[in-house]
Amino acid sequence: MAILFRATRKLETQIDEFLNAVNEGALVFKFGINNYLGGENREFKERIAKIAQLESKADDLRRNIESQLYEQTLIPEHRGDVLGILESTDNVIDTMKETLFQFDVESPAIPDNLIPYYIELTEMSVLSTDNLVIAIRAFFRDVKSVKDHLHKVIFYEKEADRIGDNLKREAFKMDLELAHKFHLRYFALHIQNISDRAESVADRLAIYTIKRTI
Amino acid sequence: MLLVFLSSGLFLGWSLGANDAANVFGSAVGTRMVRFKTAAILCGIFVILGAVFSGAGTSHTIGSLGSVNALAGAFMVALSAAFTVYWMTRLTIPVSTSQAIVGAIIGWNFFSAWPTDTVALKNIMLTWLLCPVLSGMFAVLLFLLARLILNNIKTHLLRRDLYLRVGLLITGAFGAYSLGANNIANVMGVFVTTEPLRDFNLFGLAHFSGTHQLFLIGGIAIAVGAYTYSRRVMETVGGSLLKLTPEMALIVVLAHALVLFIFSSENLEYWLISSGLPSFPLVPVSSSQAIVGAILGVGILKGWRNVRLSVMGGIAAGWIITPVVAGLVTFIALFFLQNVFSQEVSKKTVFVIDEEVLVRLNEKNIKDPGLNGMLNTKYENAGAFTNDLLKKTSISMIDRKEVFEYAHHDSLFIDEAIIDKKIDKNWLTPGQIKAIKKQSGKSYSYPWKMHVDLENASEEWQLKPETKVNKLYNKSLMMKRDYITRVFRLNR
Repeated sequence: MAILFRATRKLETQIDEFLNAVNEGALVFKFGINNYLGGENREFKERIAKIAQLESKADDLRRNIESQLYEQTLIPEHRGDVLGILESTDNVIDTMKETLFQFDVESPAIPDNLIPYYIELTEMSVLSTDNLVIAIRAFFRDVKSVKDHLHKVIFYEKEADRIGDNLKREAFKMDLELAHKFHLRYFALHIQNISDRAESVADRLAIYTIKRTI
Repeated sequence: MLLVFLSSGLFLGWSLGANDAANVFGSAVGTRMVRFKTAAILCGIFVILGAVFSGAGTSHTIGSLGSVNALAGAFMVALSAAFTVYWMTRLTIPVSTSQAIVGAIIGWNFFSAWPTDTVALKNIMLTWLLCPVLSGMFAVLLFLLARLILNNIKTHLLRRDLYLRVGLLITGAFGAYSLGANNIANVMGVFVTTEPLRDFNLFGLAHFSGTHQLFLIGGIAIAVGAYTYSRRVMETVGGSLLKLTPEMALIVVLAHALVLFIFSSENLEYWLISSGLPSFPLVPVSSSQAIVGAILGVGILKGWRNVRLSVMGGIAAGWIITPVVAGLVTFIALFFLQNVFSQEVSKKTVFVIDEEVLVRLNEKNIKDPGLNGMLNTKYENAGAFTNDLLKKTSISMIDRKEVFEYAHHDSLFIDEAIIDKKIDKNWLTPGQIKAIKKQSGKSYSYPWKMHVDLENASEEWQLKPETKVNKLYNKSLMMKRDYITRVFRLNR
């Protein structure tokens, strides 16, 4: 029984570390985009290295948690759900890392008038991720308050959609090459994709929360 | 030979362990919260503890329903009950060992022409009805309490899982203890009155009666059944009626254990009585029906649509079909055992109503002019005595049991050598032993006459007025009376 107590405590810590990595990843992503848009190339490279490191840490933690849940047959009733949450949350930080990499590889030329849109779009996507992480923590510890955070995830995702839409309209109104317009839209979609993924985790979480209340 | 005769009881115990261990740990194992091996070992240990330390209460009720007094008869009663359970299970009719054994005992009573204690029978049947209902009510209350607590406390999912595992182990152990305490009477109750094992003193520390030894053997049989054959039942039990979450499993097992416990604990009965509260009769009930009752209780709480009325109908049908089938099977089997295999299925018991018996019956308000016509007639068996009682008197079924008790002719001799050698000094009080010594050298032809002499010699042998508070004291004194009757019987 003592072994089980130790294993449980260790797993609780690992789940917290995983969520910390996602949360921190979102902050690094936000600063990374700001650095790119502000032309701070050295800082931007540092952010890329940092997010890659966090993403890799989250991957390792997730694999570790999953194998321990199965090896020690812990939470048999909920482990499928927990696995689903961890994997889809891992996709969020993956998407953030990929997006920063795309900025680095493709170096999109962002017109000055669109920069506030990108900053705001990033802010909304990061806020939806932040609230998702809080909701997941609540799912583990305080199931009753999950809903309070889930609706914020949805709200910020809708905001991201709205800003993304405005950004695209603005871009296509501008006198630019069509390829350039496509490029700008493509990066807006990338950032929007983060909040979309956060929303799909939130949808799963809503169902799992119902399952958890007796 | 003893083991051969006990084998049917052991078989019944084994099958009870194989089936009912799943009621206790099935959901925990089915949901993979507890490993089968852990569950089976824990179940075995606590079933034995429950049987040995708390099994006496329900056995007393089973014993009062009918005193199967010959080992071959007890063998056949247990075998018929086991056969009925097996057969009805194959026909997928819900069946309970408790109901089968009661039917089988009544079958023996009919065959041997012994009167059935209608008060005990009424109590038993009422309890069958009460068992699933009470279990359902407990489950509902526990569910509401659990919902209030679990939905409001902030515990990590993993830690909650851990606490649930510990909870399932504790409630499972409690359930196994209650199962042993409540259902050992089904397995070994019929053998108690045949007295196959002698009492002995355990290193001068405790009185280890023949009954306790029987309970230990029966408990081991149940434990072996749980360990060897309950795995498949446990692994499939979860989804059989309703898929249970570990939280619900805990509630259901706890409700079931509480019901089995209140119908078997003498201490609880004593506490309830001494607190002026209504007590529960100590009766073996069906563990499966308690579980079904608890699941239905939770189901009703979650919406009527979850309740399958056919399940309740099946239980109600079982209340009638099982005892009737078991009774018939026993009657037929006893006929064959007695007439084909020439075994003594009920002890030859002599009944004589002499003047003193008549006076005694008068004192007890059993007056019937027909009894005078039976005066000093020697009846060689219960059948002949019952026939004449029915023909010549109009004594009720309830009074007939008392007539049997007082007219029971026996040979008792209070041997001083036996007093020093055999009487358990840890169990009987010094005053009680002194009273026995005062009667040294006396012979008795009726056990009750010896008891009257003892009552006159010491108030420690006197029964207290029949009030609820005195119930347990009198029960214990009756057990001591039975014990000294056995010790001083000449043809034992």
